[in-house]
Amino acid sequence: MTRLALTNAHLIDPATGLDAPGGVLVQNGMIADAGERLFNDGLPEGAEIVDCQGKILAPGLVDFNVSIGEPGARHKESFRSGGEAAAKGGVTTIITQPNTDPPLDEPAILEFVLRRAQAASAVRVLPTATLTKAAKGKEMTEYRFLLDAGAVALTDGENAIADPVVFRRCLEYAASVDALVCHHPQEPHFSALGCATEGLFASLRGLPEIPAEAEAIMLTRDIRIAALTGVRYHAAQVSTAESLSVIRRAKEAGANVTCSIAVPHFSLNEFDIADFRTFLKVCPPLRSEDDRAAMEEALADGLIDVITSAHCPQDEESKRLPFAQAAAGGVGLETLLPVTLDLHHRAGIKLTTLFERLSLTPARIVGLNAGHLGKGALADLILFDPHAPWIVDRKDLISKSKNSPFHERRVQGKVLGTWVEGKRVWG
Amino acid sequence: MNNAPDSPFAHRHLLGIEELSPQDITAILDRADDYVDMNREARKKRDTLKGLTQINLFFEPSTRTQASFELAGKRLGADVMNMSVKSSSVTKGETLIDTAMTLNAMHPDLLIVRHGESGAVNLLAQKVNCSVLNAGDGRREHPTQALLDALTIRRRKGRLHRLNVAICGDILHSRVARSNIHLLNKMESRVRVIAPPTLLPAGIEQFGAEVFHDMRKGLEGCDVVMMLRLQQERMAGSFIPSTREYFHRYGLDEDKMKGAKEDAIIMHPGPMNRGVEIDSDLADDLTRSVIGEQVEMGVAVRMAVLELLARNVTNEIAGVA
Repeated sequence: MTRLALTNAHLIDPATGLDAPGGVLVQNGMIADAGERLFNDGLPEGAEIVDCQGKILAPGLVDFNVSIGEPGARHKESFRSGGEAAAKGGVTTIITQPNTDPPLDEPAILEFVLRRAQAASAVRVLPTATLTKAAKGKEMTEYRFLLDAGAVALTDGENAIADPVVFRRCLEYAASVDALVCHHPQEPHFSALGCATEGLFASLRGLPEIPAEAEAIMLTRDIRIAALTGVRYHAAQVSTAESLSVIRRAKEAGANVTCSIAVPHFSLNEFDIADFRTFLKVCPPLRSEDDRAAMEEALADGLIDVITSAHCPQDEESKRLPFAQAAAGGVGLETLLPVTLDLHHRAGIKLTTLFERLSLTPARIVGLNAGHLGKGALADLILFDPHAPWIVDRKDLISKSKNSPFHERRVQGKVLGTWVEGKRVWG
Repeated sequence: MNNAPDSPFAHRHLLGIEELSPQDITAILDRADDYVDMNREARKKRDTLKGLTQINLFFEPSTRTQASFELAGKRLGADVMNMSVKSSSVTKGETLIDTAMTLNAMHPDLLIVRHGESGAVNLLAQKVNCSVLNAGDGRREHPTQALLDALTIRRRKGRLHRLNVAICGDILHSRVARSNIHLLNKMESRVRVIAPPTLLPAGIEQFGAEVFHDMRKGLEGCDVVMMLRLQQERMAGSFIPSTREYFHRYGLDEDKMKGAKEDAIIMHPGPMNRGVEIDSDLADDLTRSVIGEQVEMGVAVRMAVLELLARNVTNEIAGVA
């Protein structure tokens, strides 16, 4: 029986709203106890003691949207490098995207991924599988088999399924196996045309544009179809104020809908692209400042359920191209926490609220007993100093790919220690 | 007149009008005026750029712009090389950066680049040691076209400020329009854009251009009418019903010209689609059409820009030595 006592910490528990000094006792990889006066009667005998020196101890982050290059693009990110980057960033569970090469559309490939992840990743890996074969939006994959093989959700990643008939059938079938379906709501006829949000910036730079409405249009359709089928639907990476009002209406009507946002969409706007900086090319494209501000508000009031890094490693060759030809996406595992903490430092959003979006809710959506400090939960924990200042330097990233949209950004918040099921993986 | 020691034009590259000041623009045009006179003489050759190497790197086919740059370089005594990179050799695997690095290793002093993607020339400029001149990138900028248009207007109208300039046609796909809007705004003229909504970029009003969908209204009281080519090769999907309906509503003809000022001039960057955006007779009407003059001004403006950029190149070399 291994025991770990984390003492003299400042606890954040999003499940109970606890935001106070205290300690956590870990036993056999699970939280045995946590609370304000836990070690007042003395430390447990035989336990490994970690003095947290008043720093913050919180549930590890559950990153809902992470791309790893295995299989097919290990030079961009492997389970080893991605797992280490996650551990350094305080991410204890990564939910991986199925858009690999070959894509995760068959149980055998999923088993390969889980085996590789187990062998190489420092943090827990929960894979998703594609909703349609090769994520082409035509034929459905074997949902029951894929779920049995360990898929926690079905998604075509950044590909949106254009055909409403196919989409409806996929959702109906997925509902019958109680699968969670994640969809990236971008009307593909619009999004195929461009690489920047339609408006003054794209016009000035002469970049082919996508109207922001492409998102709300698809989201509206998705929510109607999800309601027809009763499936558990998750809108991945919403980014416009219009989308938020669609989500708000759906939630008020009691729909089984959740949504997530990627860090760049509440921390950057289209003008940050400046002189064609391809590291700021993401999918969906960066939006207007009005949209960005609306995202921040929705994070404060709880309309947005999940914050993800949308970690998407790209090699130098994919980014050193004219903007329209460059690959989209940015690495984010190591900047997820510090850039999100900006919402606490600057916008005054409570840490318990942020950890609800970063840890508790994503864990709940995929049925993982983590993301909180309750007894019996997996002991996925992070210790961090929310005030420690540093400057992001892409060369210092652990990720194999260095395409960070936050290169040279000044941030506050440094992870001092990361534990997955009680085992220290960072710090 | 060559050896102004301190160049007022302190730019290493010319990537767009957006980054130029009104003083820069005036300096270029003043210098270009000299070259117009020189080009009309029988002996046109100077040795201003002697010993310098100029490479024209065109990723998009071009006849007139490339010829104009070639002539401009040669008349100033530079060694000029033309390189047309068809899009097929890009698919062979060599990237834009590789091509640039290869050329860079040959030590050119002036690199003239045209590319189909917006921002591609900026990217290239970051990777080479020489001066880079944008000869058109995607939809973004075509600075020398705007400068030659400005020179044409200034010589005809005697000024560049307080003019009403209408730019008509396919604004959406046009780098010429973007560069011209920047330039005319900087020089304090008023710009109107006239086009169907499908051919206008979003947020164009915020550029400093007044939008008209009705050509007759748009042309009222204009000093300059700038027509653009309908870029059918860039139009995937339905932008206009047909070229004949387009001509009916947006083609420049005698009747629509009536609204403009009596002494209004007609411009077109070429190549023209006669009968699509401009009536043939009007295009050839030498009392109003300055289309031929624009080509002449093109060579002079490019000579001026090459000279001004080369001054900085030689200064740099001198500085290192």
